[in-house]
Amino acid sequence: MTRIPTTRIIVTALLLTIGIFIAWSLLGPWPTVILTLLSGLGWLIGLTRIRGAAQHASTGARPHSLMGYYATYVALWTGLPSFLFLLAWVFLQGPVIEQLLIASLPAASAGDLTPSQISLLISEIRNVAAGRIFSEPEPYVLEAAERYGRWVAISGQMKLAAIAAVALLGLSLSASRITMAFRARQGVERIVNVLLLVSSTLAILTTIGIVASLAFEAFRFFERVPVTEFLFGLSWEPQIAIREDQVASAGAFGAVPVFAGTILISGIAILFATLIGLPSAIYLSEFAGERQRNIIKPILEVLSGVPTIVYGFFAVLVISPAIRTFFGGTLGLETSPQSALAAGLVMGVMIVPFVSSLSDDAISAVPQAMRDGSIALGATRAETMLQVLLPAALPGIVGGMLLAVSRAIGETMIVVMAAGIIASLTINPLDSVTTVTVQIVTLLIGDTEFDNPKTLSAFGLGLFLFIFTLGLNVIALQIVQRYREQYE
Amino acid sequence: MLDRVKEKMDDRKKVQMDHPTGRVETSAGTKIQSRKVNMWYDQTQALFDVSLDIPDRTVTALIGPSGCGKSTFLRALNRMNDTIPGTRLTGQIVLDGVDIYKGDLDPVQLRAQVGMVFQKPNPFPKSIYDNIAYGPRIHGLATSKSVLDGIVETSLQKAGLWDEVKDRLTEPGTGLSGGQQQRLVIARAIAVSPEVILMDEPASALDPIATGRIEELIHELRENYCIVIVTHSMQQAARVSQRTAFFHLGKLIEVGDTADIFTNPKEQKTQDYISGRFG
Repeated sequence: MTRIPTTRIIVTALLLTIGIFIAWSLLGPWPTVILTLLSGLGWLIGLTRIRGAAQHASTGARPHSLMGYYATYVALWTGLPSFLFLLAWVFLQGPVIEQLLIASLPAASAGDLTPSQISLLISEIRNVAAGRIFSEPEPYVLEAAERYGRWVAISGQMKLAAIAAVALLGLSLSASRITMAFRARQGVERIVNVLLLVSSTLAILTTIGIVASLAFEAFRFFERVPVTEFLFGLSWEPQIAIREDQVASAGAFGAVPVFAGTILISGIAILFATLIGLPSAIYLSEFAGERQRNIIKPILEVLSGVPTIVYGFFAVLVISPAIRTFFGGTLGLETSPQSALAAGLVMGVMIVPFVSSLSDDAISAVPQAMRDGSIALGATRAETMLQVLLPAALPGIVGGMLLAVSRAIGETMIVVMAAGIIASLTINPLDSVTTVTVQIVTLLIGDTEFDNPKTLSAFGLGLFLFIFTLGLNVIALQIVQRYREQYE
Repeated sequence: MLDRVKEKMDDRKKVQMDHPTGRVETSAGTKIQSRKVNMWYDQTQALFDVSLDIPDRTVTALIGPSGCGKSTFLRALNRMNDTIPGTRLTGQIVLDGVDIYKGDLDPVQLRAQVGMVFQKPNPFPKSIYDNIAYGPRIHGLATSKSVLDGIVETSLQKAGLWDEVKDRLTEPGTGLSGGQQQRLVIARAIAVSPEVILMDEPASALDPIATGRIEELIHELRENYCIVIVTHSMQQAARVSQRTAFFHLGKLIEVGDTADIFTNPKEQKTQDYISGRFG
C-alpha cells in the first residue's frame, strides 16, 4: 500500500466539501444527503466490481487504470447527472406550480386580471400558504393556498424519488461498463474536462448577464433620449420636473462634460502616479540595496490599503485648501473650492502602488542576461536602465499604467468629496468638474423610480463607461502584444 | 571604419590608463597579468592565489570541472563581479601595465576595453542594427549616421554575420537563430573596439554546426584581439586555443601551451581531468 500524499488528501477533501456545500445551498439538505450517500455507494460499488473482475482474471493481468479511477468514475456518474437534473427541477418547480395555480383560478385564467394583479394574487396565495395572514383572505384564496401547499409538498417528495432514480440509473449504467479493459482513467478525464468547461462557461455567462442588464436599461434610456444627443451634447443637466406644473427645465443629457471630467481627473491622476511610481519602481528594482528595498516597498504598498474615503478626507482637508492657497493666493489665479486638480492628485497617490509595484515586477522580470550584456559593453547602470531594461519592460509597465487608469476611472469616493457634482466642460484643472461615477451616484440617490430619463441616464453612463474601459483594455493588450513580439 | 573608432577609444584609454597610482611593469607580450588573486562571494572563497599571464593576440582557454572558479576568474578580468553584491577580491590584475583594481580606475570604461560574450546569446530586444549600434552610441563613437552605419557593417563583417543579415538590419535581433545571435553579440562587443574579448562558454548552447562557425570566428579574431575563453569541452579548447589553463577547486593547477597540456600534462590532476576521470 503506497502512502497517499498529504496534499492530495487535502485537495480531495476540499473539493468534496465545496461540492457538498454547493449542493446544500442550491438543493437543500435532504437531496444533498441522498446524493452524497449514493455517490459514496457508487464509489464502493465501482471499487468492488473492479476488484472482483481483477480476481477472476488470469493471474498477472491488471486492469487498464488504477483501481481508484473505476471507483471515482462510478461515483461521478452517480452524483453529477442527478445533481444537474435536480438543479433543473428546482428552477422549474416555481414557474410550473405557478402556472398550475393560475390555471386553477377562474378569475385569473379568464383574463379579467392584468399581469401585475395576477402576480399580486400569487404572492398573496404564497403568503397565506406560508402562514403570513394579514387580513381575512377570501375563501377562494384560502382554497388556492391549500392547493399550493399540497403541490409544493408533492413536488418535494417527488424530487427526492426522482433524484434517487436518476442517481441509481447513472450508478447502474456506469457500473455495468466496468471491465478489466475499460479505460476509467480517460473516462474520469473527460468528466473533469466537461466540469472545467462548465465553470468557464458560467464565468462568461455571468459577464454577459451583467452587460445585458446594463444594456437593457440603457436601451430604455435611449428610447427617451437620442444616442446622438447623449454622445455629442455639451450640456449635462439631468434635473427634470417631478410634477407637470413645476418650474424646471426639461433636462439636458449631453454626456460630453461628464466624460471630459472623468478623463481630466484620471489624466491628472495617471500623470502624477507615473511621475512618482515609475522612478520609485526603477529605484527599487535596480538601484536600492536589499535593506532600502525591504523598507520602502511595504510602505508603498500600504498606500493601496488605505480606504478611498480616507483619501477623500485627505483631499478635502489638506490638498484642496493647499491648492487654493497656492494657486489662488500665491499665483492669484481663480480657483474653485472643489477642483479637478485636488481630486486627480489624491487619486494619483492612491494608484502609485499599482504603477510602482507592477513596473517593479516588469523591470525585475527582464532577464539578468540583458543587464550583464549591457554592463559588459561598458554601459553605466543608468544607461542600461534607460536603453535596455525600460524598453524591454515596457509591456508590463504599460499594463500596470492601464490597470491604474481603469481603477482611477472607476473610482468614486474621492471624486465625490473633492471634485464636485457640477458638470462643466473645461480643461482647467482648477475648475470644479464631475465624473461618470459621481453622476451615477447622485442620479440614483434618493427616492427614484426607474421610469424617467433622470434615473435611467445612470445606465446610459454606466454602459459607456464600460465600453470606455473595455476599449482601454483592448488597446493595452494590443500594445503589450506588439512589444512582446519584439522581445521574444 | 573601426580604425577611427579605435583612435577614439585609444584616447579615452589614455586618460583611463594614465593615472600614476596603479602602474605595474609586466613582461613584453603579456596583455593581462594576474598575481595572487583571491576572491570571495560573501564568506565562500572562490579563487585561491591565482597567478596567470595572458598573452596578447592569442586564445587562452580556461578549463576545469564545474565550480572550479574559471568563470569567476573570467568575470574578474572585466570587473563584472563588481555587480554582484558581497564579492571581494585581493591580489592584482594588470591590464596593459595598469592594475584594474587600483585607484580611481573606472570599471565602466574598463568594460568597453574588455568585451564579454556570455554562455547564452543575449541580444537586446532591439533591431539587429540597434544591437550593434548600442555600444558606439553610449560611448559617443559615431559623429554621424554614416559613420555609425560603417561601424555596424564592419562589426557584422568581422563577426561573419553581415551577409546573412544585411537585408534585414531593422528586424529584431531576437529573431535570429541561436548561432546567429551569438555572432550578433560578438559583433556587438567588437563594435566598441575592445582589446580583449572574454567568452564564457560561448558555444555551449549551440548545435555542432553553429559551434563550428563560432570556433572559426574565434580563430579569425585572434589576429586582432586577446581572447580568453571558458569552455567545458576539452575538444573545443584543443581546437581553438594556443594556451590552456586548468582550474580545480578555485586553484590554478597548471597552465601551458595547449598542445603540451593535452599531450603531456605535468600535474596528475590535469592528466585525470583531460582523460575524463573526473569533472
